[in-house]
Amino acid sequence: MRDVRVAGAGLTAFGHVPERTSRDLFAEASIAAFEDSGVPREDVEALLYGNFMGELSEHQGHHGPLMAEAAGVQAPATRYESACASSGTAVRDAVMRIRNGEADVVLVGGAERMTNLGTAGATEALAIAADDLWEVRAGMTFPGAYALMAQAYFSEYGGGHEDLAHVAVKNHENALSNEKAQYQSAIEVDDVLEAPPVSEPLGLYDSCPISDGAAAVVLVSDEYAAERDLDAPVSISGTGQGGDRMALHDREFLARSPAAREAGEEAYADAGIDADDVDVAEVHDCFTIAEVLAIEALDVAPIGEGISAARDGRTTADGDTPVNLSGGLKAKGHPVGATGASQIAELSALLAGDHPNSEFVADATTGVAHNAGGTVASATVHVLEVDR
Amino acid sequence: MSDDETEVQDAGFDEWLDAAEADAAYALECPDGHGSLPPRRVCPDCGATDLEETSLPDAGEIETFTVTHVPTPAFEEDAPYATAIARFGPVRLTGQVVGVDLEDVETGLEVELEITVSETTGERVLGFGPV
Repeated sequence: MRDVRVAGAGLTAFGHVPERTSRDLFAEASIAAFEDSGVPREDVEALLYGNFMGELSEHQGHHGPLMAEAAGVQAPATRYESACASSGTAVRDAVMRIRNGEADVVLVGGAERMTNLGTAGATEALAIAADDLWEVRAGMTFPGAYALMAQAYFSEYGGGHEDLAHVAVKNHENALSNEKAQYQSAIEVDDVLEAPPVSEPLGLYDSCPISDGAAAVVLVSDEYAAERDLDAPVSISGTGQGGDRMALHDREFLARSPAAREAGEEAYADAGIDADDVDVAEVHDCFTIAEVLAIEALDVAPIGEGISAARDGRTTADGDTPVNLSGGLKAKGHPVGATGASQIAELSALLAGDHPNSEFVADATTGVAHNAGGTVASATVHVLEVDR
Repeated sequence: MSDDETEVQDAGFDEWLDAAEADAAYALECPDGHGSLPPRRVCPDCGATDLEETSLPDAGEIETFTVTHVPTPAFEEDAPYATAIARFGPVRLTGQVVGVDLEDVETGLEVELEITVSETTGERVLGFGPV
C-alpha cells in the first residue's frame, strides 16, 4: 500500500465575511495550498470538495466543477456532502484513491458560506442535518440536539456546565496565536456561565460561531513526493469512518458517539497505533459537550472522564494530550464544509513545526483528527504521523 | 403555489400524527421485536421487511431535555420552549414539552403524547404533556 503525504495546505481566515462567495474563498485557500506544496496545478488528478449548505446559502448546487475552475485545476471534481463531516469524508476518499494507485496528486478541501444567512437562517440550514420529520418538526435545533446529549451525559456520568466551560476557555486560549481563527480573545469560565443561553445547558460561549471560510490540502503519494523532492514530512497513515442512526432518539446511547468510536478504532488499526500513541488531537468541538464525547470516543479519555479533562489540564496546551491546539471549531470557527480539511491542515502544521502552537508538541510524532456530521451520525477519523 | 400543492402530506408521518391525535399512536415492530418509527419499509436494526404496527403505551418517560432559546424560524414565536427525548415502549421520540412550567421539566418525568401546534406557523408539532 502506498503512503499518502500532505504536500501543502491553505486556509482562509475563518470568520464573518458575508459578501464573499465560496468560490472566492476556495480560490484563496487553494492558491495558498499550491504555494505551500510546490506541486503544479496540472499534476492534480482529482478535486474532492466538501460543502453542506450551498443550495440554501448561495443557491448553488454542483460545486465540484465550479471549485475546480476556481482553483485553476483541469481535473474531474466531486462534491462530498456529509453535513459537518463533508470534507472529512472527502479527505478519506482522497487518501484511498492515492493508496490504491488511482492517483498521485489529489486536491481535497471544502468551503462554506454561512454568515449571509443570519443567525436564524444558519440555524435552520444546519438543522437539516437532523431528521426533518421526527426532530426538526418537533423544534429541535443543532445546539438543542447537543444540549440533549449534554443533559444526558450529566445524568449518566455527572459533571456540569462549569466543566464544559473549561473546554471553551481552553480552546479560546489556544486560538490566541492562530491568525486564521475567528476569535482570538481569551475568555473566563464565568463568561461562559453568564453568556446568554442557546439551548440549556449550552450557552453562546459553549457554541462554535457561524463562519465563512475554506480549506485546501494537496495530498500526494510517497513516490510522487520522493521524485519531486517535496518537503512533506507528514503522512496520513490511518483513515476510518463510522455511522449511526440519523435521529438522536434512535441511538442506543444518548451520551456517547459510537460512530466516532468506530471511525477511531478503524483509523488506529489502519495506522497500526493505539490510543496511547496519540500525542495531539484536533476534534470536532462544535459545542463544548462535543469535545467531551469526541475524546471519549477516541479513547483519549475514559468514558465518563472526558468531562473533566480540560478542567484538570489533561487536554490543555501543556497537558498530556493537547486537544484543539488550533482553537478548535469553538474559537477557530466552523465553516462546516471546510472543517474536516482544515483540521488536517492545522494538525499537519502542528506536527511539522510550522504552527504557532507547535512548541507545545515539539516531540510529537502522532496526531489524530476527528470530524463529525450531524449529531455524529457520520464521523471520520484520520491519523497523521511526522518523520522525526 | 396551487391549493393542491399546499395540501401535499408526508405519507407515513402525517398519518402517524393523525393517529396520535386520535390516541392511537403506534410504532413499527419487526418479528425480532425491534421498534422503529414510520415511514419505513425495512427494520433498521435487522433488515426485516415484515413490519407490523404496534400500539404505543399511554405514558412515556423523559430521558433527556433542553430548553431552547434560539430556535429555527419555524419556532420563532414559540421560544423559549422545552424539547425532550422520551421513551414510549419500543421507541423513543423527540417532542416539545407542553402544559408544564419550563423549570419543572426533568428527567424521569412521566408524559403522554399530545399533538400541539407551533405558535409561529400553526403546523402540528409532536408534544409531550405531563400525565
